[in-house]
Amino acid sequence: MNPKITVAVASRILRQLKRDHRTVALMLVVPCVLITLLWWMYVDREAVFDRVGGPLLALFPFIVMFLVTSVTTLSERTSGTLERLLAMPMGRLDFLCGYAIAFGLVAVVQSMLVAGLAVGVLGLDVRGSVITLGLVAIVDALLGTALGLFVSAFARTEFQAVQFMPALVIPQLLLCGLFIPRDGLPQVLEWVSDALPMSYAVDAMNIVTRSTDWTGNLTRDLAIVAAWTFGALALGAVTLRRRTA
Amino acid sequence: MMKKDVEGVIRVTGLRVARSGRTVLDGLDLVLNAVEVTGLLGPSGCGKSTLLRSLVGVQQVQAGQVQVLGEPAGSASTRAQVGYVTQTPSVYDNLTVAENLRFFAAVLGAPHGDVDRVLSQVDLGNEATHLVSALSGGQRNRVSLAVALLGQPTVLVLDEPTVGLDPVLRRDLWGLFHCLAADGAAVVVSSHVMDEAERCDRLLLMREGQLIADETPAGLLARTGTADVEDAFLQLVEQRTPLTRSQS
Repeated sequence: MNPKITVAVASRILRQLKRDHRTVALMLVVPCVLITLLWWMYVDREAVFDRVGGPLLALFPFIVMFLVTSVTTLSERTSGTLERLLAMPMGRLDFLCGYAIAFGLVAVVQSMLVAGLAVGVLGLDVRGSVITLGLVAIVDALLGTALGLFVSAFARTEFQAVQFMPALVIPQLLLCGLFIPRDGLPQVLEWVSDALPMSYAVDAMNIVTRSTDWTGNLTRDLAIVAAWTFGALALGAVTLRRRTA
Repeated sequence: MMKKDVEGVIRVTGLRVARSGRTVLDGLDLVLNAVEVTGLLGPSGCGKSTLLRSLVGVQQVQAGQVQVLGEPAGSASTRAQVGYVTQTPSVYDNLTVAENLRFFAAVLGAPHGDVDRVLSQVDLGNEATHLVSALSGGQRNRVSLAVALLGQPTVLVLDEPTVGLDPVLRRDLWGLFHCLAADGAAVVVSSHVMDEAERCDRLLLMREGQLIADETPAGLLARTGTADVEDAFLQLVEQRTPLTRSQS
């Protein structure tokens, strides 16, 4: 791995993103609009907003990063730029880490905006520190980035890449404890839920919103999400082939 | 440069490549030299791109060896020495020409002045600050070519770099290829346009995955007794596979 190349990749992605005002707006504004919508829905039932708001702060960075990464990596595969880069002295990890750094930074901005709005303006009750909340959001975003990189290998077109969202993300969304607590799920689904990373991402966010302390469970949740992230990155690295048929 | 460094910069032995179950190259042998512009000509679909991809080391091969600069093609140690232009321009649409070049220069570890050098080599100095998406197809091809020239590679593999360019520009680029070869590079250029053959030092004619000629353009015309390469190609095809003709 070469840090100079990694940084070059990351800054190139950010520069491309800077040009794409519409995508930036969608990434930053849409989560804010959605959390405001949620607040409005439960304007008379603050307790519900407090219960659902935390998990959503975990879901936004995950979903947005998953989508953006899978589509941009796919276009890098189909446009031939990936092949060109791999024919150059670039390590596969340079490529993947470049993406993770660039989108990780975007995730920081996104999370700070949404969390700032939710806590500062809409009155979401967060007991833990803002820094912990930001950290959890970044880890979730990196998970989304890593999974997005991985699935881009299995899509031939952008259209297919987007379809991975209902296939891979929505089941996790249903089983993550947002709709019913995970221990209230039928036994088999609870096991499935125990195996999925988003359950731990949401769990971690719930701990931050409900507890002032950094608990052991929070460390465990973050470790599991991070392990999934590294696993997906490793699998993603395997799918970046220098030689293709 | 010593003679031994000039000859056999690229050595291909027994190369066999199959793509989606179809054999594209079957036992191809080839030796290419530096200080030479080699033209790889043949109809589209004959295996030119597959051969070039094999030279760069991005093609999965079933059998055979491809040695570039004494190492297996695509080796980490030689990757910065090999410039490669794919058939479709592989650059970033939403970056400017200069931003594309600066990025690839950073990946290659090329010196800073290199961006300006390659910009003037492909005559895109005036377009440096333009977005690639705003350029014409021919200009995009040249951006892609400029990327391949970064870091002054000793082997240049160019897959149809002159497609869609106006004749003046085409002539200038062929001039550039000869300059690069004179500086010691091995330049391999593919084309499906037969009239580009005369611009090469050495000519490889390819058809259905086989090399049917490997000589100088003048030598080819003399041997086949034809006036241009297109006729020479036809004659070679008809000599070698008369059955194809009687069946059709």
